[in-house]
Amino acid sequence: MNNTLEIKNLNVSIDGQAILKDFSLSIPKGEVHALMGPNGTGKSTLAKVMAGHEDYTVESGDILLDGDSILGQEPDVISHAGLFLAFQYPMEIPGVSIANFIRAARQSRLPEGEQIKAVEYYKDLYAKMDALKIDRSFTARSLNEGFSGGEKKRCEVLQMSMLDPKYCVMDETDSGLDIDALRVVADGVNLMRNQARAFLVITHYQRLLDYIVPDVVHVMYDGRIVHSGDKDLAKELEVKGYDWVKEEFTDAIVGA
Amino acid sequence: MSNSNLQDEAIRVDTEKGNFSYPEDYQFDAGIGLTEETIKYISDVKDDDDWVRDFRLKALEIFKKKAMPTNWADEDLENIHFDEIRYYLSKGQVPARSWDDVPDDVKETFERLGIPEQERKFLAGVEAQFDSEASYSRMKDDLEKEGVIFVGSSEGLAKYPEIFRPYFGKVIPTSDNKFSALNSATFSGGSFIYVPKGVKLKQPLQAYFRINAENFGQFERTLIIADEGSEITYMEGCTAPKFETATLHSAVVELVALKNAKIQYITVQNWSSNVFNLVTKRGMADEGAEVKWIDCNIGSRLTMKYPGVVLKGQGARGEVLSIALANDGQHQDTGAKMMHLADNTTSNIISKSISIGEGRSTYRGQVHMPKHLKNCKNNTECDALLINTNSRTDTYPAITTRGQNNTVQHEASVSKVSAEQIFYMMQRGLSQGEAMSLAVNGFVNELMKAFPMEYSVELKRLIDMEMEGSVG
Ligand SMILES: Nc1ncnc2c1ncn2[C@@H]1O[C@H](COP(=O)(O)OP(=O)(O)OP(=O)(O)O)[C@@H](O)[C@H]1O
Ligand SMILES: [Mg+2]
Repeated sequence: MNNTLEIKNLNVSIDGQAILKDFSLSIPKGEVHALMGPNGTGKSTLAKVMAGHEDYTVESGDILLDGDSILGQEPDVISHAGLFLAFQYPMEIPGVSIANFIRAARQSRLPEGEQIKAVEYYKDLYAKMDALKIDRSFTARSLNEGFSGGEKKRCEVLQMSMLDPKYCVMDETDSGLDIDALRVVADGVNLMRNQARAFLVITHYQRLLDYIVPDVVHVMYDGRIVHSGDKDLAKELEVKGYDWVKEEFTDAIVGA
Repeated sequence: MSNSNLQDEAIRVDTEKGNFSYPEDYQFDAGIGLTEETIKYISDVKDDDDWVRDFRLKALEIFKKKAMPTNWADEDLENIHFDEIRYYLSKGQVPARSWDDVPDDVKETFERLGIPEQERKFLAGVEAQFDSEASYSRMKDDLEKEGVIFVGSSEGLAKYPEIFRPYFGKVIPTSDNKFSALNSATFSGGSFIYVPKGVKLKQPLQAYFRINAENFGQFERTLIIADEGSEITYMEGCTAPKFETATLHSAVVELVALKNAKIQYITVQNWSSNVFNLVTKRGMADEGAEVKWIDCNIGSRLTMKYPGVVLKGQGARGEVLSIALANDGQHQDTGAKMMHLADNTTSNIISKSISIGEGRSTYRGQVHMPKHLKNCKNNTECDALLINTNSRTDTYPAITTRGQNNTVQHEASVSKVSAEQIFYMMQRGLSQGEAMSLAVNGFVNELMKAFPMEYSVELKRLIDMEMEGSVG
């Protein structure tokens, strides 16, 4: 399907251990979906498999961006196809400045022989840094090296806004952010929301969803989505925890 | 093997430009193997003075007697077959002073390396060596007026013996090691430079060394003398195409910085993976003088190179900043030597090595501070970066300090580019090669800030090329 991120009956394992089990999800452009669920249910695994991480074995199923399968593609090809992953644990790259890194990432999207225009690039970069309240002195710092947890997450959102992706997967971007930073980051994301872009927001906390209001909320448990609803589902989870989801799920399995 | 009339040959060669791409067209070829006859042939072609002839023949004797330094280095050295190498190849031309006069094939080679543009852009003078001899040599006229001498080794010894002879073979004696002896016997080409008192060169002088023939040994000899209070930056670049069989590059470079003089010597080598690169480099720093080696080793099959500084006068400073990149099948055995021989001398060594795949890097350092000295300082930093778990890195620092108030600081680190870091960068759109290249650039970034701009750009380009090529 055009204009949609589709995950179809995805089964993924690592070292013979099944992690994603017949996982299906479809997000049309223009929508924000939240994905919640207990620790270890496979949320980050899903995100990394989408981005083309080679450690995971895809047993069956498919992932399609705008109708084209991205399974088996190199991470850079998937990135160029429009998928961005804001990492739960961003990597430190010593000696490589934020400015040079994002510039190289943008350069990789240009046709052979075409060069980035430095003046425009910096104008854009500074504007987006200002919006995310990132001090300009950060451009010269090594990517993520010695950054606080919150600074790393803000830097992920900066990269996301600079690379103009069609599909944004945000893996716990809110964890590590203080209350003010959470609002700033949410504002940044909201500015990016439009009809040409879809978001999958992985989070443990309802609070983020007060700022980034989702169209759909999914609850994941044991490698699959067990419950979907509107934004109120997140509020319900906040109050009741995951136990009822687990119970419902085991009942369903036993009953089947 | 007979000497022919140089002038006639040069003219004849000039009219047969079209044939130059064939190696058989060398006008002077010392043949294969190394005997007394080979050395005499080289001396004849070069019309050496008697003392130079004797110097070469004595060196040959020392070379024969000296053992290979395999006890402390790579056993791969045993694979150098001295009797299968060609020791002197030249097209017989006198180095051209105008770029137009350089033979077409040679010119094409150097144009591909960007030499004419470089020269226009920022060089004070350039020399381009093709196999054994320089094919092009030029220096800006105003420098000539100031008394700067920039010539090849033969011309230097023949025309200016009073300047060069006193220092020739003094900083690095023939018997220093087997390869310095080999060079002393067979040397040809290289640069002899003299900078008069107080003359400060604002732009660098540069030399390019190109090996173009298979089974060949290039033995250039460089001697730079910076007279009191003078300053010079010298850059050398080295390349060779890929051959089926091993090729040998064995240079000797001697630097003499007299009182308060400054010499900065920069190397960027990008040898093909069949070249044995065994080079002896040492500088001598008098009172208040400074010798700085910036040494970047990319490529080659085996490089053994440990630039050194003899800190001979009070307050002398020595520095070695080096980057070595060992790709699959390559061994970079590099390091630095600092000999403190006077009070208040300081030395600084920063070595960064990158090992990729089966590549191997070794750091060997030697810092010597005898007991009677005061207020000497050394700082040594060696950092290794491993890309891929099979890479290997070894560090052998040897620091001998005894004296009072002498301080030595030593730091070493080993880090890895992890698969997760590469994945992270690729997620942003970089190819695997670009990601590795960025990681390597990040690793050397801090050190490269100390390099001249033009040089950093060139180095970055070479690293990118090497990393692109290393992705399977
Ligand atoms: N590389 C790996 N090797 C072995 N096991 C792994 C690997 N990656 C993930 N797993 C396992 O897969 C399961 C799912 O992990 P994942 O990180 O996807 O969970 P998550 O839902 O993101 O959890 P959290 O909310 O804590 O971030 C866990 O049991 C984890 O230990
Ligand atoms: Mg996770």
